[in-house]
Amino acid sequence: MRFVPHTDGDIATMLATIGVERLDDLIAHIPAELREQARIKLDRGRDEAAVAAAMSALAAKNQGAGFISFLGGSYYRHYIPAAVRAITARAEFATSYTPYQPEASQGTTQAIFEFQTLITQLTGLEVANASMYDGASAAAEAVLMARRVLPKRHVVALSRALWADYRSTIHTYLSAQPELELVEVPFDLATGATDLSTLQKLANDKLLCMVTGYPNAFGIIEPLGQFAALAHQAGGLAIAVTAEAISLGILKSPGELGADIAVGEGQSFGIAPQFGGPGVGFMAARMAQVRLMPGRLVGASHDSRGNRAFTLTLSTREQHIRREKATSNICTNHSLNALAATIYLTVMGRQGLRETAALNVELAHEAAATLAKARVLPRFTGPFFNEFVVTVPDAQRAIAEGSKRGVIPGIALKRDYPELSDSLLISVTELNQREEFPRLRDVLASAKGRD
Amino acid sequence: MKDLVPLIFEESVPGRRASDLHEGAASVTHAMELLGSSLCRDDIAGFPEVSEPQAVRHFLRLSQLNFGQAVNFYPLGSCTMKYNPLINDEAAALPGFASLHPHTPPELAQGALELMERLEDALAEITGMDAASLHPAAGAQGELAGLLIVREWQRKRGGQRSKVIIPDTSHGTNPASCTLAGFETIVAKTGPRGYLEVGEIRGLLDDQVAAMMVTNPNTMGIFEAEIREIAAALHERGALLYVDGANLNALLGVAKPGDMGADIVHLNLHKTFSTPHGGGGPGAGPIAVKRELEPFLPAPRIVRRDDRFDFDYDRPDSIGALRAFYGNFGMLVRAYTYVLALGGDGLEAVGKLAILNANYVRKRLATNFPAASDETPMHECVLTHDLERRVKVSTLDIAKRLLDFGMHPPTIYFPLVVHGALMVEPTETESRETIDRFVEVMEQIYREAIDDPEKLKTAPHTTPVGRVDEASAARKPILRWTPSK
Repeated sequence: MRFVPHTDGDIATMLATIGVERLDDLIAHIPAELREQARIKLDRGRDEAAVAAAMSALAAKNQGAGFISFLGGSYYRHYIPAAVRAITARAEFATSYTPYQPEASQGTTQAIFEFQTLITQLTGLEVANASMYDGASAAAEAVLMARRVLPKRHVVALSRALWADYRSTIHTYLSAQPELELVEVPFDLATGATDLSTLQKLANDKLLCMVTGYPNAFGIIEPLGQFAALAHQAGGLAIAVTAEAISLGILKSPGELGADIAVGEGQSFGIAPQFGGPGVGFMAARMAQVRLMPGRLVGASHDSRGNRAFTLTLSTREQHIRREKATSNICTNHSLNALAATIYLTVMGRQGLRETAALNVELAHEAAATLAKARVLPRFTGPFFNEFVVTVPDAQRAIAEGSKRGVIPGIALKRDYPELSDSLLISVTELNQREEFPRLRDVLASAKGRD
Repeated sequence: MKDLVPLIFEESVPGRRASDLHEGAASVTHAMELLGSSLCRDDIAGFPEVSEPQAVRHFLRLSQLNFGQAVNFYPLGSCTMKYNPLINDEAAALPGFASLHPHTPPELAQGALELMERLEDALAEITGMDAASLHPAAGAQGELAGLLIVREWQRKRGGQRSKVIIPDTSHGTNPASCTLAGFETIVAKTGPRGYLEVGEIRGLLDDQVAAMMVTNPNTMGIFEAEIREIAAALHERGALLYVDGANLNALLGVAKPGDMGADIVHLNLHKTFSTPHGGGGPGAGPIAVKRELEPFLPAPRIVRRDDRFDFDYDRPDSIGALRAFYGNFGMLVRAYTYVLALGGDGLEAVGKLAILNANYVRKRLATNFPAASDETPMHECVLTHDLERRVKVSTLDIAKRLLDFGMHPPTIYFPLVVHGALMVEPTETESRETIDRFVEVMEQIYREAIDDPEKLKTAPHTTPVGRVDEASAARKPILRWTPSK
């Protein structure tokens, strides 16, 4: 077995040192019935070449990975600079543990400190943690954090224009907190934005927080400033959830618009889609509430020799110290992907991130215009970043039609939004070429043509 | 104050860039016109401005400040820092996996679905359970999923129960997960031999106990010898047994949680199944259950209809989702690669060799670092020492001094029931020579502690930074870089 070094000689020497004869003597204290049933009935092991061939064969069965794609819906296709993969593959980063020993982990701790800084710069807030699992669980943790900030309030206004997975995750995380009341806020069927008048009705002294996408599940840039103002008038908190984090390169930051907690998915920052994970969740908030935040935090300090040094800090919020009174049960987070995001944002830089965001805006608007000329029209009127919804008579048929032509035209919204059964969500990023737009148009037009 | 490596923000020079403008790209001004400038920001103040060579050098220099399992001996107890085969990463990077979007129509993602179904089956076989879900993002999220299943199952049977029993040796995530799942925790005391006794559990059981969480082997590295009796006692009172699979590595080829009476198990693929720890994730925390609990698993489930794989979202009893999409797929690819490489025969060998290494290090260090328990340990051992009493040298001092020898320290001060604990888990992938070297170093440190205690109290001496002042970091938290005025 190539991953273990033990020769028969090693085993004999070690057993002699221990003072037993056989390996089985070391487990003789385990009940015999358990040992007798412990056989693992799987195929025998294989050499590396055979394993590589088997994995390549499985990967080849995912034809969709090679199609022209307009898929988004909280996970996005973006170019990943070579530096990201090369550096995150470094074993010093990849095979280290959570940096509990700062003297042996300055690489990880400094990179996390830089990640925290970048997230505060993008979100316009004062403090960011070392990462969450993903955007959905970060949103759920944000609601739980809001409850710690305002323990006497209990109404959570949850936008229906938040991705279905995110809403389901929030429901699951809150399912054991019966005192919290989740109210789903509909979206405006014309603009695609969360309905302001419903939010106004909820803006009273019971309101704990409002949770809205920014941009939302239809790609619409929500009027976050208005929502935040409403939440604040009622004494509640505004939580902004961003799944397409590239948008923060050009949109006003959630903090500037008044969000108290900004969370989201950082997968767009240098992390491949990988069929949905792992990405990296982020969370930012105000410094006054830092002790109510979940997750790890790295702080700057100094060492015994007068060097600046970084270390995990404020751990008394966390499960390994506070146990049942911890702010969250999160332990392992998504550190290596936080590093990927840090490298990505460094490489993109102050100009590059804005330009990439701008290119996404322009391409998406060009694609929408190309479709409009073929009478495939936008479903909503609200402003959008790089994703938009179009009306097609049978979205499932459009997808089937696309499959024949090597194009995945978008996501049928019917499963998550029965009221949008005639709608397709189309995402356009810098990975889409302009030449692909007519092909997208033809796929949608052909599905439309055969009504 | 000196800076080892400047922060990337401190290396920035206005106008520098590590990415070129895309060909044919829009100007930012044009995009702002399309959106309306009232929606847009003018700048991302403070964002990095460096060239690509600067960026690469910055992060490579940071990497050199880290210890890692591939580079250093890393016997961190309960963390299973085993070798992470490089073929795993190569498999996960195949474009058919890495570039696959989660909203890809299932008929165009059959390979991914097949892989997940096969991995679920393999994990069920390895744990002796009936069904597995790959959904949770990490062990702690697997715990939450498992406890919510307990809650739903109890509710369906007509009784909401309020308490979960956890042992005094449990990981912190156990009580924290209980709180999140709406349970109050009651603590079971570990018996004098280092494992739980069924009498203690019977004494705690009442009609409000929904479940008990047990890590087996426990964090003392000791097999829970009465686990089957404990399972029977729980089941008799309508409670469930949750086995925390954090230490599953010890059980491969030795005993299966399902046979112990477990109703729910979570696994950490970044421990037993060799996916990299990544400086704190991403990992993956699948859960496996007995048949009766299968309907409650997170939605969607993977189903096979004839030879076609699909997602089933119609799961009325499911606890729902705990994250977006279907699991940390990139980690699942790695774990499945590992399962294929080892096979049933290879996996069976893992447990015994991990146990051999732990027993060997325990025996060799027995004089100056005696074990906290006399029982034969499984894959890890908890050691103690008399240096605090003799020369006021703490466990932390020993840990810091180990760094000077290029070795990562064991887990320290855990479990909480052992004063000054050193929890050593060599894993099966470490050689006899490496363990011998560790033993030599530990003995040298013991002698140094007697002869020159200051050397330990001021350690480490050879690491990039000296001992870090963690107290002042917490007193005056500086959690981000800000431009100096």
